[in-house]
Amino acid sequence: METRHIDADILVIGGGTAGPIAAIKAKAKNPQLKVLLLDKANVKRAGAIAEGMDSVNNAIVPGYATPEQYVKEITIANDGIVNQAAINAYAVRSYAMIRELDEWGVKFEKDETGDYAVKKVHHLGAYVLPMPEGYDVKKVIFRQLRKHGVQVSNRLVTTRLLVGEGGRAAGAMALDSRSGEFAVIRARAVVLCTGAAGRLGLPSSGYLFGTYENPTNAGDGYSMAYHAGAELSGLECFQINPLIKDYNGPACAYVTGPFGGYTVNAKGERFIKSDYWSGQMMLEFWRELEGGNGPVFLKLDHLADETVTRIENVLHVTERPTRGRFHEGRGTDYRSDLVEMHISEIGLCGGHSASGVWVDEHARTTVPGLYAAGDLCNVAHNYMLGAMVYGQIAGEDAVDFIAGRDFAAFDAAQVERERERVFAPLLREDGLAPTQVEYKLRRMVNDYLQPPKVTRKMEIGLQRFAEIRADLGRLKANNPHELMRAMEVYAILDCAELAAAASLYRTESRWGLYHYRVEYEGRNDADWFAFVQVRKGADGRPECFKREVPPYLYPIDAAERDAYDRLRFEQPATV
Amino acid sequence: MSVIVNQSVVSVIVDHDKCIAGKGCRVCIDVCPTDILALDPQDGKVKMVYDECWYCLPCEHDCPTKAIHVEIPYLLR
Repeated sequence: METRHIDADILVIGGGTAGPIAAIKAKAKNPQLKVLLLDKANVKRAGAIAEGMDSVNNAIVPGYATPEQYVKEITIANDGIVNQAAINAYAVRSYAMIRELDEWGVKFEKDETGDYAVKKVHHLGAYVLPMPEGYDVKKVIFRQLRKHGVQVSNRLVTTRLLVGEGGRAAGAMALDSRSGEFAVIRARAVVLCTGAAGRLGLPSSGYLFGTYENPTNAGDGYSMAYHAGAELSGLECFQINPLIKDYNGPACAYVTGPFGGYTVNAKGERFIKSDYWSGQMMLEFWRELEGGNGPVFLKLDHLADETVTRIENVLHVTERPTRGRFHEGRGTDYRSDLVEMHISEIGLCGGHSASGVWVDEHARTTVPGLYAAGDLCNVAHNYMLGAMVYGQIAGEDAVDFIAGRDFAAFDAAQVERERERVFAPLLREDGLAPTQVEYKLRRMVNDYLQPPKVTRKMEIGLQRFAEIRADLGRLKANNPHELMRAMEVYAILDCAELAAAASLYRTESRWGLYHYRVEYEGRNDADWFAFVQVRKGADGRPECFKREVPPYLYPIDAAERDAYDRLRFEQPATV
Repeated sequence: MSVIVNQSVVSVIVDHDKCIAGKGCRVCIDVCPTDILALDPQDGKVKMVYDECWYCLPCEHDCPTKAIHVEIPYLLR
């Protein structure tokens, strides 16, 4: 196993959505710098938007919405636990990012006068900007990477960060999943953009890679940030989504809603007023499924034929284009059939809920020189455009951070320790297949962590996770590809333990289904109006503590505060 | 320790008449997020070698000869 040594001024880990923008913006600010962008897949087709995106979920377009309205909507949707300064940092840059993407060649829906055609899907305001031709987003961004001279390295699986003097980020270590080479990368600042922890729960299909998130997003960044000493936040605020049953992809209400599609129960009744994904919406969805009114369906069969064709021309060509193939296989036609929906396995994701690496409004983590952006960071409901804006913030701030700073000196012993950990499964004579350990681990995540959360179940879950941790010493990989999967099992296990620890710590219910603890019904603002943080304690175990919610920039009226708790129709609405 | 090899249905179907991997093309192998496609040295064609398909389609869309068709993995159909 050869070791490759690489130096970069700024190292960006993750070539999906936030990472490329971070790299582009760092180079744009200082073209003299060496900016290196790594991905475990191929940057051309990496991340959650490998096949593009069908809409911007959080566009703040003048004339439709203001940053203040948006920050208040997300504050309410996330039950008050937000750093408004961080949400606002996105909100004030949202429109400029749309304009810039538009100039680069990303296509957004416009009306006949050329204005952006914003739609209302959220409970209160209008923020959804359709992208019916959004399949080429990645190609547009890749051209900008080339134009700005960003260095790209594919198939490098980052396994641990290097921590230097004073606890500062000093770089990273990585495994080449093709050659099996080990890479030690020194950097003056590191931007982590590794996406959600999308391989945490097991999809009900039982297929390990049938996840909602791109399955390359195994939670590596959560694990790496944790081991580097960073604070993680809101890990008890799980990501759970309403998805097409078995296909396990979005239906997608943001696309169909503005055309007149909506969610119904088995009786054909509407039961939720807003299909915008929030924990409160998911709780109503779960109650309907479990309470005898299920299955739950997406209803489009009342729409005109040409409307359905327009919907198909979006849903079946962008983001998850195999949706049409799945429906065809089962003989489902939106014109005559309802689409059976289900709730997804659990995951961690800042972009959809609020579970991520803690960052402030400058995208700075609590580790000096370490930034996080995109689904990995805890800026609530940030989605694709928020990932791009936070990439921009991180990339630009990192340029300022490294000015006058050299590489942080680090203890070489951590390199040797990591080499030993990474290559052990390859050197072992025989042992457990990584996919089988992963299957067992993720099934245990379903059994013990899937809400409703029960204390005793989560405690048993932690015991099972500890037993699986002992099994990691028996993982056997036959080649560098399997070694990548083995390293991902380590990350998934860290995420499972951290999610359990944070969930046990917060002894109240909040965010609807995302943190529904049956023994602690209801919100308890007196004790729990705070972030729950977790970091690696002095004993090497997860340590939970509270972090105060900073004073709001935009106060929320008492009348608005609980708006997302009133999503259910009082009387069943048959339309 | 003895092991059992499991049988799985392949979801990435490669048309051997159209695949030009034998001439050096590596597009699908390069773009696959989960890195499950490989050149079969026996016949110079691409094949799926790990049951880790996200049915996402970059391989199919980026193939210069349209040699690939992705099916929904059996467990999800």
